[in-house]
Amino acid sequence: MLKIQNLHARVEGKDILRGLDLQIGPGEVHAIMGPNGSGKSTLGHVLAGRPGYEVTDGSVTYRGEDLLAMDTEERARSGVFLAFQYPVEIPGVSNMEFLKASVDAVRESRGDAALDAVTFMKRAREACKAADLPVDFLKRGVNEGFSGGEKKRNELIQMMLLEPSLCLLDETDSGLDIDALQVVAKGVNSLRDGKRSFVLVTHYQRLLNYIEPDHVHVLAGGRIVRSGDKSLALDLEERGYAWLEDEVA
Amino acid sequence: MGFMEQPLAEARAPHWLQSLQARGQSRWSAGKLPTRRTENWKYTPLTGLRDDYRVAAASDVAPAKLPDALAQGLGGTRLVFVDGVYQPSLSSVELPEGLQLCRFADASDAQAALIAEHLDTLVGGQAEPFASLNTATLRDGVFLHVAANADVQTPVHLLWLVRAADAPTAISQRVLVLAESGSRATVVEQFLSLNGAEASFTSGVTELKLEANAKLHHYRLHEESGEAIHIGAVHARLERDANLDSFHLALGSRLKRVDVVVHHAGPGAHADLNGVYLPRGDEHIDYHTTIEHAVPHCTTDEVFRGIVGDKATAVFNGRIHIHPDAQKTRAELSNRNLLTSTEAEVNTKPELEIYADDVQCAHGATVARIDDLALHYLRTRGVSRDEAEVMLSFGFINELIDGMALEPLREYLRPLLAKRFARDDTLARHLL
Ligand SMILES: Nc1ncnc2c1ncn2[C@@H]1O[C@H](COP(=O)(O)OP(=O)(O)OP(=O)(O)O)[C@@H](O)[C@H]1O
Ligand SMILES: [Mg+2]
Repeated sequence: MLKIQNLHARVEGKDILRGLDLQIGPGEVHAIMGPNGSGKSTLGHVLAGRPGYEVTDGSVTYRGEDLLAMDTEERARSGVFLAFQYPVEIPGVSNMEFLKASVDAVRESRGDAALDAVTFMKRAREACKAADLPVDFLKRGVNEGFSGGEKKRNELIQMMLLEPSLCLLDETDSGLDIDALQVVAKGVNSLRDGKRSFVLVTHYQRLLNYIEPDHVHVLAGGRIVRSGDKSLALDLEERGYAWLEDEVA
Repeated sequence: MGFMEQPLAEARAPHWLQSLQARGQSRWSAGKLPTRRTENWKYTPLTGLRDDYRVAAASDVAPAKLPDALAQGLGGTRLVFVDGVYQPSLSSVELPEGLQLCRFADASDAQAALIAEHLDTLVGGQAEPFASLNTATLRDGVFLHVAANADVQTPVHLLWLVRAADAPTAISQRVLVLAESGSRATVVEQFLSLNGAEASFTSGVTELKLEANAKLHHYRLHEESGEAIHIGAVHARLERDANLDSFHLALGSRLKRVDVVVHHAGPGAHADLNGVYLPRGDEHIDYHTTIEHAVPHCTTDEVFRGIVGDKATAVFNGRIHIHPDAQKTRAELSNRNLLTSTEAEVNTKPELEIYADDVQCAHGATVARIDDLALHYLRTRGVSRDEAEVMLSFGFINELIDGMALEPLREYLRPLLAKRFARDDTLARHLL
């Protein structure tokens, strides 16, 4: 599904990713943990094609294609989805129009017929229900005045409607109450179909109680410094990152 | 020939307005055209004014067809003018109880007496030469009279179509609204080019008088295009507890300058003043607004937003003047601008002049470009850059359109504006 080799990336003249390798197979769930500022979100932004995130070396292959050569919207259309750590507020653009525009664009590129308004509405309502966000939020501006948790739920709604192949969730569980954590877990688990792959960036082992990862990685200093199975997450929870950083150094 | 020489020579106000007209003419000839050194006109050069504007004779104006988007109308009375000439065949006058509407030319004696009493009382003292020019060249006007406590639900739609097909055309229009105490009404002023490119000069001056506790919804839409020039003004006076909700829109053309002046004359008056300006190409739009808080306990909420594209230029000057007696005033002014090209330019200047101490005032002006992060976010969801730009541009003014009370007008404007930002209509399809 996704193969990242020796990825180096720079933001505002500062090298953040420094030789990152990661391989994700179809249907797999990977968790990425790591200290603040280690480059987890940067990785997500690089994969999603955010301007200003300059790749200086390495490669990313997505389903056999050079992901880095694709425009941001092409990546999304071909099934890469990033749930932002800090979703963006867009006052004046209604959530509903935004969702319809995205779903239409993605479906169109896949050669699927556009959804008629009624079917779309039905799906949007179902997604709201699954994300436990009142349907009224569809009428508001995109993330406009949403609480932190509501924004995360809105990201889930987008993910459910767009049905991506590769879902990158950047701390979607942060800032959520315990119930909401289960909502995220349910959202992700309901989308697991053996083919769809997930990368969960999280600081909390808690989430992994609900979504069982196949692999856990530690990202520190812009590289994956340790990979393991879910027990690694438990170790980290107990011991923090210091021992790893010492080891790496 | 000089600027407006023929229209001045052929001005024909009804006889009972002729002394007013004569005053306008002497003020006009005594005055001078503003230059770039005139403070109020600093960023609006008048180089586009021509010397050969002519008034269209009624017999020259062939009947027109209404643009499709307007054929359905707004569901009320409609007066239509083409090149300043009244078109009964396009108009439909159904006056609900409590509403009187006439053209100056058709005024009854009683109406004429009211017009003569009130006309030019809000504009007259101003040093603004183009207001004098309007009076000086006046031929026809519209008088709207809402009786005390009348609750008029349907809008009065005044539509000035500009065709100017044969020669550069001068159009001088005047509107007087007298809303008596406790009345409710809606008036829509709309200026629209029929074919687009022709040269014309319109002077549209409107006076709104709101007596105690009157509520007026007022809309003024400038959709003249191409070579059209409009220099016009709206003057409103609000007595005790009166409420004015005034919405302004200008699409660009060669030059548009609109002065909006609201005078709070009785305590408890409230004004909502909202506006949108959208010049592109090499168009120029200039809004000058002035709110006079002359008495205590009045409130004003003013929001103007502009999107300026290509090499277009815009001016927004918003002045709030709080007189010494106007304690307990609350006034807020916000002007935000979005530049969608590197060559677009806006000059924005909010001016607060406060001479009372117990007041609550806020003002702010911003000039920004399309938000890169918002654009990126939309693209990460598969939306193309072009469509995302259209959505963000429309989103910038959407709130003001959504806030319009008159639903048929909202429905008329929404697709019109959404498509305006899109090179092709499919890019606007999710906004319709
Ligand atoms: N636009 C930017 N300009 C300058 N520095 C940046 C920018 N974006 C990120 N950085 C820096 O890059 C480093 C990595 O940031 P990143 O957001 O990827 O960390 P993270 O691992 O996601 O951290 P957290 O766990 O706190 O979310 C940080 O030191 C951050 O300050
Ligand atoms: Mg992060």
